[in-house]
Amino acid sequence: MEDLESLAARVPDGALLALAPEYSWVPMALIRALIRRRVKDLHLLTVPIGGLAADLLIGAGAVKTLESAAVSLGEAGPAPRFSEAVEGGALDMRDSTCPAIHTALQASEKGVDFMPLGGLVGSDLVDNRDDWKVVDDPLGQGGGPVVLLPAIKPDVTVFHSPRADTEGNVWIGRRRELVTMAHAAAATLVTVEAVEDRDFLDDEATAAGTLSGLYVTAIAVAEGGARPLGLTGHYERDTDYIRAYAEEAKTGDGFKRYLDREVFAETGDETETETGAGS
Amino acid sequence: MSKAETASSKISPKTSPGEPATTPEEFIICVMARLLEGLGHVSVGALSPIPGCAALLAREVSGAGGRVSIIHGDANNPYTDGGREIFDCAGQGRIDAFFLGGAQIDGEANINLLGLGSYPKIDKRFPGSFGSAFMYFTVPKVILFAPEHSRRVLVERVDFISAPGTSPPGVRRPGGPKALVTGLCLMSFEARKKRFRLQSVHPGHTLEEIRDNTGFDFDLPRGEDGGEGGAVPVTPEPEAEKLQMLRSTIAAEIAKTYPDFAARVFQPRA
Repeated sequence: MEDLESLAARVPDGALLALAPEYSWVPMALIRALIRRRVKDLHLLTVPIGGLAADLLIGAGAVKTLESAAVSLGEAGPAPRFSEAVEGGALDMRDSTCPAIHTALQASEKGVDFMPLGGLVGSDLVDNRDDWKVVDDPLGQGGGPVVLLPAIKPDVTVFHSPRADTEGNVWIGRRRELVTMAHAAAATLVTVEAVEDRDFLDDEATAAGTLSGLYVTAIAVAEGGARPLGLTGHYERDTDYIRAYAEEAKTGDGFKRYLDREVFAETGDETETETGAGS
Repeated sequence: MSKAETASSKISPKTSPGEPATTPEEFIICVMARLLEGLGHVSVGALSPIPGCAALLAREVSGAGGRVSIIHGDANNPYTDGGREIFDCAGQGRIDAFFLGGAQIDGEANINLLGLGSYPKIDKRFPGSFGSAFMYFTVPKVILFAPEHSRRVLVERVDFISAPGTSPPGVRRPGGPKALVTGLCLMSFEARKKRFRLQSVHPGHTLEEIRDNTGFDFDLPRGEDGGEGGAVPVTPEPEAEKLQMLRSTIAAEIAKTYPDFAARVFQPRA
């Protein structure tokens, strides 16, 4: 039987962890649980851009390398712990661009070792990625140079969802990057607002927006599990809270105060127990 | 966006009695919207409230024909295949116009969204390159956007090329920069010459001021005969009906995606 803390225990130190962007159901309660369990040496992948969750993990010293197209707190401004970590040389950055991250995950979905992508040639991103390779159109069809991107295979994908069913399927609606992330990853851990006593795959209307339990490793109930970020149809992003964080976390001391108060002392992450289908 | 206020504080157009003066944001939105009228599909990326307003305004002005897609959130977001769809859509040639900003933009239209310094030793880090390295290649009409017109932003050479302004022959590139809108002026870009050309100067500003605040050399508007060295036109004021549209319909629409921006820019007069 899983709860939030046992779900967090399933993310090993040193894991390649995939996180969706702020509008795509980030499991903030689980992120806080990971920080409480003092996860470390993570290779963090933002799909494709990161926000508060990435900034918290970086500030807490949990991240060794970061592959990302951008990290920002959106309308609340720059991500302070990310900026300081990069400027101080404390973070091994693998700067990327949005479609490169999507494409590299699609390679893993298909079980191939790499995937080509157009554009990019002439960007300094390419020169600084020794794992990317520019080749001439190998089929000789006049396509010009393309960039080959190695498949990215996350060890763990995590996300939050409004609902799972008792069969271990998870509703993802139109947030289909979560599907790609789950397909590409070795394990997928999901927190949900609630578990419904039904099978989403029995109804064509819900089946189309469902990630099959085939890909889901474990599920835990965490009400409000995306807060202070939003969850489509359930609650809005708390912009005042995130703005206050952006201000407080500008200094290392301020960030430590934030962590002590909002993460380590937190009792608000309600958690219940559910097992998922799959492995 | 407060930078835009500083850069364009001289914009104080004539308004009819009782009408609030045009703000720098509103002025820039109207300049950008003129570049979009009649286009089939304008897509707007993350963190882009001003381009979002311009796209919605151009659609409203053009009538029912145009599509606008905004990937920041669910409002005006037609995509159902996840984060990759906007890029796939661009790769398929289904997006006619897109916007890119830049912490730095240089005279060859290279843009830097990543940071200042000598990579990987970054002195001042910005969020990152987002999807620029792909969208700049695939979308036919990319409009560059720099509210702060200064030598800090408009530089001779960017510190880091998130996306290059031009590509050598042989690189498949249906897209690229077509215009640059700043707090002071409108420029076009000629890929063949790898140079910007001034098109018009916003009201209250001068060519000298633009030269002083631009870190790269640029061409002057063509004369009526098509030759070099024409007069420098003044960017037209926003039309009254467009301003009205912007402050009512568009303000309400963009608030669904950017509530903070809408409250700050449009709320005081609502």
